[in-house]
Amino acid sequence: MNLHEFQAKRLFTGYQIPVPYGIVAKTAQQACQAAEEIGGERWIIKAQAHTGGRGKVGGVILAQSLDEVDAAAERMLNARLVTRQTGAAGLPVNHILVEQPSEIVRELYLSLLVDRSSRKILIMASSAGGMSIEETAAATPEKITTTQVDPAAGLQPYQCRLIGFALELDNNQRKQLQKILFSLVDLMQSEDAGLIEINPLIITNAGDLMALDAKINIDGNALYRHKDLVAMRDIDQEDKREAQAAEHDLNYISLDGNIGCMVNGAGLAMATMDLVKLHGGTPANFLDVGGGATAERVAEAFKLILSDDKVQAVLVNIFGGIVRCNLIAEGIIDAVKEVGIKIPVVVRLEGTNAEQGLQMLDASGLRLTTASALTEAAEKVVAATGVAA
Amino acid sequence: MSILIDKNTQVICQGFTGQQGTFHSEQAIAYGTQLVGGVTPGKGGQSHLDRPVFNTVHEAVAATGANASMIYVPAAFAADAILEAADAGIEVIACITEGIPILDMLKTHAALRHSTSRLIGPNCPGVITPGACKIGIMPGNIHAAGQVGIVSRSGTLTYEAVHQTTQAGVGQSTCVGIGGDPIHGMSFIDCLELFEQDPQTQGIVLVGEIGGDAEEQAAEYIHAHVNKPVVAYIAGVTAPPGKRMGHAGAIISGGKGTAEDKFAALQKAGVNTVRSPAHIGAAIAEML
Repeated sequence: MNLHEFQAKRLFTGYQIPVPYGIVAKTAQQACQAAEEIGGERWIIKAQAHTGGRGKVGGVILAQSLDEVDAAAERMLNARLVTRQTGAAGLPVNHILVEQPSEIVRELYLSLLVDRSSRKILIMASSAGGMSIEETAAATPEKITTTQVDPAAGLQPYQCRLIGFALELDNNQRKQLQKILFSLVDLMQSEDAGLIEINPLIITNAGDLMALDAKINIDGNALYRHKDLVAMRDIDQEDKREAQAAEHDLNYISLDGNIGCMVNGAGLAMATMDLVKLHGGTPANFLDVGGGATAERVAEAFKLILSDDKVQAVLVNIFGGIVRCNLIAEGIIDAVKEVGIKIPVVVRLEGTNAEQGLQMLDASGLRLTTASALTEAAEKVVAATGVAA
Repeated sequence: MSILIDKNTQVICQGFTGQQGTFHSEQAIAYGTQLVGGVTPGKGGQSHLDRPVFNTVHEAVAATGANASMIYVPAAFAADAILEAADAGIEVIACITEGIPILDMLKTHAALRHSTSRLIGPNCPGVITPGACKIGIMPGNIHAAGQVGIVSRSGTLTYEAVHQTTQAGVGQSTCVGIGGDPIHGMSFIDCLELFEQDPQTQGIVLVGEIGGDAEEQAAEYIHAHVNKPVVAYIAGVTAPPGKRMGHAGAIISGGKGTAEDKFAALQKAGVNTVRSPAHIGAAIAEML
């Protein structure tokens, strides 16, 4: 689960990590009040949406009067923010962050993540702040310093020195960095963060370190022990269909193609998408109905797939193991009757009682095409969309 | 022979009296697994499925001599259950549970570093030696004792590979689902090493997916250490970057962990890769 910048900065403040003074607003009027409360004559106005690259598309601006604050807030709150990460539809902006501007001497990069290869928390720092770490890794990898936190020993001061000297920080700044790093590791472990990124971490003209931006991803599996963080979830930032799927315990991800896929198991679901592509079609979605594949879940899955009007045919691929294929066939028949499907549906059943299941589907009188082999199923569904396999 | 488990393996179930534990224990018993008891704290002394229930894994081991455990406890308690099993000296621990917080697994993995226990999973179908011992949620009836060792990050995709090798008449020696989480116990390499040493295993099927670099590491290991034929399939060629494809570990992040990179690494290592999941069984049967 991603947090907004303002939420992440609140967490930072709780862990004594310095951030600019700022107030979050939901209307232009609130934004002007926030600016007055912050004081001064210039303010940074930042659109809050779960995406990077906001600065390049007018999502972060400097306002030099209250009129400019008002205008920027109006504009941001009334339009969807489209960045290179969001896709053409963009994301809604329901919050904006009004902040005191900072005098920037240097921009650095700092992040922590759970590294699956080393099975440790990995700290990455670079002197090229403001750039994405992928860009820096490609262009100037020598600017990146990494260190891994041992799960038993924890973060050590030498690791902070290693990064501090690599970033060419002075004595005072290295002390500040050490404090920030220890706080970040504490935050990561206490709040179950999978990723924390500060880009940029700046050196102000007073010579102090400050987190100018903040990105935090919380491990969704750990939310049961963080009620306060659950309250920070912003459903408006999530894909509607994906959120709807999650409510029914289905795993759904929309793609650009025209062949809807319904599969049990995540690995087989990916493999089915790949198979459709291999036979000349394009998958419209990833969908894992899970092990159960009951009539109710299959019906919900059909509704979800059909809510995407690009879909011209559906491939159902179920490997029936412990749940027998004849029961799954019953579920599919009930679901197809309930939902009333008008486009071609190809069903491939394999596993326990597969033949019986396929016979039931054939005898149902519904417009279902059956297949027992994977390749046959893929060819049939691609043919159904009018593309030669 | 086989790897990890055989007909003599004495299995207990942690989370024995729960719904999942009960159902899959029944299935395991019906398959012929020597399920010698189970653990549910607070229910020690009772009997369940005609087998004794213990309060702790230590008690269960002392009373039954169990050397393997299958874990069906909820995610919030699963890391604790894994460490309890290891502390009690269980040799093979299969954790089926999905949804364990990643930082719990990070600590668990570190704690197991100096243990002789082998952890399979979490978020996996388990491990099966066909005709001898089934520890997990896989359907037993699609398996056939035979020559192919299967190691996979996925559940139902493993069943495909199993089914195809059964249909092709070559069967399986042992099938290990290592799990779909980013941090898990036994790796591809751990299983490859055991399959290479196992006389029953004549060929190996490796089923990978997007995310991480376990397949690339496996490719290097195969090139250097594996002489038996290997067929590999990787799921997720069409998966978009930055999206978690069902499994917590199945994500292309920062341009890394793509299916194409993994196919390329495996091909470079001399592995026979198949682009269609429908061709896994035929490909390995041809090489035997």
